[in-house]
Amino acid sequence: MKYALYPGCAAQGATPELYQSTRAIIGRLGIEVVELAAASCCGAGVVTEVHPDMALAINARTFAQAEALGLDVMTICGTCQGVMSAANQRLKTEPGTLDRINALLAPEGLTYQGHVQVKHLLWIVVRDIGLARLGDLVSVPMRDFHIAPFYGCYILRPSWDLGFDDPENPQSLERVITAVGGEPVPYEGRTKCCGFPIILEKEAIAVAMAGAHMSEAKDQGADFLVTPCPLCHMSLDIYQERAGRAVGRELHLPILHLPQLLGLAMGISAKDLGLAHHLISVDSIVATLGRRQTHS
Amino acid sequence: MRLTFTIQRFNPEVDSSAHPQEIRLDVGRGMTVLDALIRIKQECDGSLALRYSCRSSICGSCAMTINGSEKLACRTSLRKELERHRQITVAPLRNFPVIKDLVVDMAPFWGKIRDVQPWLSPGSALPRAGGAHSHPEFHNVDACIMCGACVAACTVYEVSKGFAGPAALAKADRFLSDPREAGASTRARLSALQGEHGIWDCTRCNFCVEVCPKDVQPMEAIIRLRRASLDRGMTTTGGARHILGFTSLVEQQGHLNEALMPLKVVGLSPSRLLHILPLGIKMLLKGKIPNPLGHAFPGLSHLKALIRRAKRPMPPV
Repeated sequence: MKYALYPGCAAQGATPELYQSTRAIIGRLGIEVVELAAASCCGAGVVTEVHPDMALAINARTFAQAEALGLDVMTICGTCQGVMSAANQRLKTEPGTLDRINALLAPEGLTYQGHVQVKHLLWIVVRDIGLARLGDLVSVPMRDFHIAPFYGCYILRPSWDLGFDDPENPQSLERVITAVGGEPVPYEGRTKCCGFPIILEKEAIAVAMAGAHMSEAKDQGADFLVTPCPLCHMSLDIYQERAGRAVGRELHLPILHLPQLLGLAMGISAKDLGLAHHLISVDSIVATLGRRQTHS
Repeated sequence: MRLTFTIQRFNPEVDSSAHPQEIRLDVGRGMTVLDALIRIKQECDGSLALRYSCRSSICGSCAMTINGSEKLACRTSLRKELERHRQITVAPLRNFPVIKDLVVDMAPFWGKIRDVQPWLSPGSALPRAGGAHSHPEFHNVDACIMCGACVAACTVYEVSKGFAGPAALAKADRFLSDPREAGASTRARLSALQGEHGIWDCTRCNFCVEVCPKDVQPMEAIIRLRRASLDRGMTTTGGARHILGFTSLVEQQGHLNEALMPLKVVGLSPSRLLHILPLGIKMLLKGKIPNPLGHAFPGLSHLKALIRRAKRPMPPV
């Protein structure tokens, strides 16, 4: 199983632990990757607000690079996934768009035929690797942990661009949580917005959103959250103290990236998963799992 | 087939809070949720309050929360809902005050619509070139039936009721697209939307796009309003600085750089800088601040050239 890995900006910037943990788990999962080292930012839904064709062109360039390798793209960021799925959909289906963008790519010697699929690690785990296989790889089950999935927006909506989970009732994260031995926590906020896109300029609104979802997850008994999107992670982890103030309570909810959850369940060390980079400590989870390992 | 409906009931004259009621009903093939609710009202419980009129997705009065999502009851098939959710729960629209049962108070919604002045201003010019011969390009925003589903689903409106919201902003975009609107009116319209609860509050969560029964895509309308604002030099809001700063970083470094992004948005305002500084220090200590110069990667010069080409205006077709 081989993919062109598109790490995205956050994993190479403010969430280095996402890149580190991805690298730590993919071999164990049987995934081989060629990293798209010459790829740029996907535009994050922001560049298209300023210049739609620039956003399409930078994504078509990434797709052309993967196509030249004969590989589909693997993303590890929910936002990259949403933006790239939408761009790919436009390039593949909008009359004239692919030709127009290919004309822009031509001077670099690149062309995109429209044959690449973009898949998030979450989808690859659920569909390509399979949950039974994942279950076989678990050596430290997440037994007795109540884990709240936090999908974020871009990996779910608009559903016609993404085409994987049902945005009204997504199940992939729940199934992964169950496969690693944990108990998924049901709560409404799991599909809602973390507020990150406006957190720098409209912090009060953004942290009220993040705070409401974490508060709800906590009320439903969550020990920690897991997310497939590093932008959600930033909102929920880095801004958690402020989000707590917005909802008038101390939250203390560790937030794991998806590959960190998988890594812990496969017995990979906290160090190799970059857990020390988090602002909200994950130590209590690691300690509980460590005690189990020594007893078993 | 006999089916159990879980309906959220609330009668302000007797109830202190809303409560679910389970009602069983024999349903036939091809029935919609609205068909079932009308039969429940006629055959099981006449006190159930709901709003509906056309029964064919035109009037927009029967929007409600069905299995947790905003839908028109009249175009929602019972069979499909059962396949998707294995149950039928019905509740009033979120984000609106409930008057009784499934009937919500739309007054705040109409207030927001009125606030964007959904009319052409006196002094508007005659249609520009093309005029009466060409259909104006409203990007399907004119298909809006004002059902309120997008506002009920809006994740920003949920925590900030001052926000203009997706329906009203889409309406503003419809007038912005109107060839009869005078340039000065367009400018005034956009200028009014730069304020605290205007176009820059949207997080682009896509909920409104997903739930709209008429494919209006309100979020795309908000993005058009933002782009139109930039085109007219309205670039000083935090939101405008955010998207311009982000785009310029991609142009310069090929990637977003979180070390510089806050400065692009906040600028040199000492109080705002002081506000973000504590988090910046914590991030630094946790190894979360990347090199402000970015990281070199192969093909950056190619990427920059591509972006220059993409930003060049297209020759007219």
